[in-house]
Amino acid sequence: MTEASTEPQPLLRVQDVRKEFPTHRGEVVRAVDGVSLEVRKGETLGLVGETGCGKSTLARCIAHLYDVTSGSVWFDGNELTGLSRRAMRPLRREIQMIFQDPYGSLNPRRRVGSIIGDPFAIHGISKGAERKKRVQELMELVGLNPEHYNRFPSDFSGGQRQRIGVARALALRPKLVICDEPVSALDVSIQAQIINLLADLQKDFDLTYVFISHDLSVVRHVSDRIAVMYLGKLIEVSPTDQLFEQTRHPYTRALLSALPVADPDTADSREQIILAGDIPSATNPPQGCRFHTRCPKARADCVASEPPLEPVFDDDPAHRTACFFPLTIGEDLSTAVPELVDLPDREAS
Amino acid sequence: MTAALEVIEAPAKAIEGRSPVLLAMRRLRRDKVAMISLVVIVLIVLMAIFAPVVAAITGHPPNEQYRQIGLTPDGLPRGPNGTFWFGTDDLGRDVLVRIAYGARISLLVGVAATAITVVIGVVLGLAAGFLGGIVDTILARLIDVVLSVPFLLVAIALVSITGPSLSITVLVIGFFSWASVARIVRGQVLSLREREFVEAARSLGAGDTRIMFVDVLPNVLAPVIVYTTLLIPVVIVTQATLSFLGLGLPPPTADWGGMISESQNYYTTAWWFILFPGIALLITTLAFNLFGDGVRDAFDPRADRLR
Amino acid sequence: MALLEVRDLRVSFDTPDGIVRAVRGLSFSIEPGQTLAVVGESGSGKSVATQTITGLTRGAEVSGTAVFDGTDLITADAPTLRRLRGAEIGMIFQDPLSSLHPLYRIGWQIVEMIQAHDRGISKRDARRRAADLLTLVGIPRASERIDDYPHQFSGGMRQRVMIAMAMALDPALLIADEPTTALDVTVQAQVLSVMRKLQQEFGTAIILITHDLGVVAEMSDEVIVMYAGAVMERAPRRDIFYRNHHPYTQGLLASLPTQKGKRLTPIPGSPPSLISLPPGCPFAARCPHVFDRCRVETPPLADVQGDPRHQSACWLDHDVVEAVA
Repeated sequence: MTEASTEPQPLLRVQDVRKEFPTHRGEVVRAVDGVSLEVRKGETLGLVGETGCGKSTLARCIAHLYDVTSGSVWFDGNELTGLSRRAMRPLRREIQMIFQDPYGSLNPRRRVGSIIGDPFAIHGISKGAERKKRVQELMELVGLNPEHYNRFPSDFSGGQRQRIGVARALALRPKLVICDEPVSALDVSIQAQIINLLADLQKDFDLTYVFISHDLSVVRHVSDRIAVMYLGKLIEVSPTDQLFEQTRHPYTRALLSALPVADPDTADSREQIILAGDIPSATNPPQGCRFHTRCPKARADCVASEPPLEPVFDDDPAHRTACFFPLTIGEDLSTAVPELVDLPDREAS
Repeated sequence: MTAALEVIEAPAKAIEGRSPVLLAMRRLRRDKVAMISLVVIVLIVLMAIFAPVVAAITGHPPNEQYRQIGLTPDGLPRGPNGTFWFGTDDLGRDVLVRIAYGARISLLVGVAATAITVVIGVVLGLAAGFLGGIVDTILARLIDVVLSVPFLLVAIALVSITGPSLSITVLVIGFFSWASVARIVRGQVLSLREREFVEAARSLGAGDTRIMFVDVLPNVLAPVIVYTTLLIPVVIVTQATLSFLGLGLPPPTADWGGMISESQNYYTTAWWFILFPGIALLITTLAFNLFGDGVRDAFDPRADRLR
Repeated sequence: MALLEVRDLRVSFDTPDGIVRAVRGLSFSIEPGQTLAVVGESGSGKSVATQTITGLTRGAEVSGTAVFDGTDLITADAPTLRRLRGAEIGMIFQDPLSSLHPLYRIGWQIVEMIQAHDRGISKRDARRRAADLLTLVGIPRASERIDDYPHQFSGGMRQRVMIAMAMALDPALLIADEPTTALDVTVQAQVLSVMRKLQQEFGTAIILITHDLGVVAEMSDEVIVMYAGAVMERAPRRDIFYRNHHPYTQGLLASLPTQKGKRLTPIPGSPPSLISLPPGCPFAARCPHVFDRCRVETPPLADVQGDPRHQSACWLDHDVVEAVA
């Protein structure tokens, strides 16, 4: 989307954040387990991963909807961790979220005008006719008919509801918008409309996005940089083009090869990497590198210790990978045989 | 039927946004039984309001005892005749007029006690369900305790200390009924709390109180309205029961439960004395119950589809 | 001879808001061993069509024929349909959680289904077959896991159990309704790979309903594109992607994000209401090539460039296709 600006201080800095949840069985789910990253003003950081990777939890830690178990979150020079609700309030105007479910994220019993006007009401900005005017401007901005001010969410389609969510998030002109799977629940033709809308708004309002999705093709389209998560950890972070052209981590490569491509020639000819087994449980993650139970290249070293997230080979410092045996360009992973075979639940393919 | 529901959601409505309450009211209007019950309720209310008019028409004030013309030579009540359309009671008072005035009591207590109950129950249920933690633990235990207390015994004990009065009746009934409302509301709120729009409100910076009353409350209104309309007849019968047991209003105030109580010794000799107040109570309760059923069906959007 | 031949299927529902015409004249056929992809967005009627064919829709007005191996499923009675479902036609749905009974063990559910259709088989044999099936779909330690409950499996595993159940009686046709939509991408790859493997081994025909054009590119032999209850275009796989004709197909492909940064061309507007459909082509309101005739007359399915295997419901010249390099 837009070019990343060359400001010295990043807009968002996440430092070694961990978030744990207790389960009712007395165990602990390490949803986010030591994640550090930065987001520069004006850029779009894509956050990608599958179920249980922790991307949604991380998003909510950034938005201060959860308190982190350890680590810190810095926004525009302010530390968010440990802030009281009152102290956090003014900062909430700067950080907003767009949610995944267009049906669940809007209160079905409230009128749309009231929903979009909520931020104004909560922060005591503008009332009455002035507020209505602003809300209607927002509705126009996101492509909704301002005359539908008094309608209920159930009167709108999924794509339109998502637009309402966008309008609500933009009401207070935030700096950072966290988009949690904003298009996953929408039809393909509507997805494109919303993606375009988000791109336009970013340009017009100088927004910074953290864009979370499980759909790599969408993430590739919108992001300047991409961070791939697996079981609570970052396994590869890189500028977008490099992630696809110089994939280093076997999981990223598997993710890319699993992504269905709407092109029969590509589908027929590309390598198929079918990962073994399931995503392990987050209460009892594998030792060492978390991915080793499913990795086609797993060796003994991978169980012994966790690989650090750092540039490998002669990569750009912006491209970091957490792997002891990263992929070389052109390496054929589909014929790789792991050196560890007797792992639990690893199926013979 | 999932397939049918899937395609029904797809068309975007071209009509003005209707609030769920308005939609329910529209459905209610189509429900014949509910509408008839509503008419009956309105008539009863009118009767209560215009009770003095009834007294004026018949010429008999409610508490006036007509020992000469109202009682037989043996001192027994007279049956329905030209002067006393519903007959007289054991003290020669006009039963019809007393029923009209009795409606006032039943409706007043019915509405007032229900209102108190619902307001207390909703607020406490909201707090318990939404705030959780200590607040919920205390309130939930309190609800359990109140629901286990034997209402009648406490009512008897209380009234024997303070003496029967209208306000005591209302308070007693209200105090014991809020717990069921609170329990229902708490249950609803517990599930609503996890919905994404609540999370969205938090992310906007809304505080707990605001979320409770602006976001959560509108979503519990539907079951609350339904419960309220079904609570009214229960309260009316409860008040009549208290009166029947002599715990209600002091005589000579006309009220249906009291009249039924007074008629106990005369049911063989003066059938009208027990029948007419009984029917009045029955019709009132039935009308509210049927209306309440209609309200409940009106708020249930699924009831439509199965036609 | 086609395994399943559907002619002019029409399905409508009577609702308080009006009559919803969910399927309006669907015709297609599928040969043994072939994979037919039915693509459409929500409201296209793709799920309603297949559910109605197998007799799983209630309260609908249905007309048309769906002849499966000589029997018309639309007019068949309940016992016939029950016999065919499971034994000849297997079904997989999007959400395995709601299709598997949560309170019974997996093995029990599969065995029960096998025994319902094959009364002669012994419990032990049925159990062995169930374990074999679970191994076939890639469930590790099948003989142990056969006694687990559905909630003890992950989403992808549950879907594989569904496939095992659907394949238990070696049906000739498998209907898979968005089988991988709710799954993670890597798990989706696993499940699709299992389906392909089973198809190769057993020669099952598959009707694959999906909104994901990538899955279509990977799995299908022939493709039907549906919109507002009718077929817009039907073609072999490569033709749909590389030599398509219908503007809706083109619109769908153009709205897919491919490379970074290039602005997407979405299809403007939203799908029409199925209650008050305007006359003419259902896509007219959103079509970039619309002209007057489109709004008046509904275009029939007609051959494109003279190829009977490639048909499009559009008034545009049928000799011109959008060739994609």
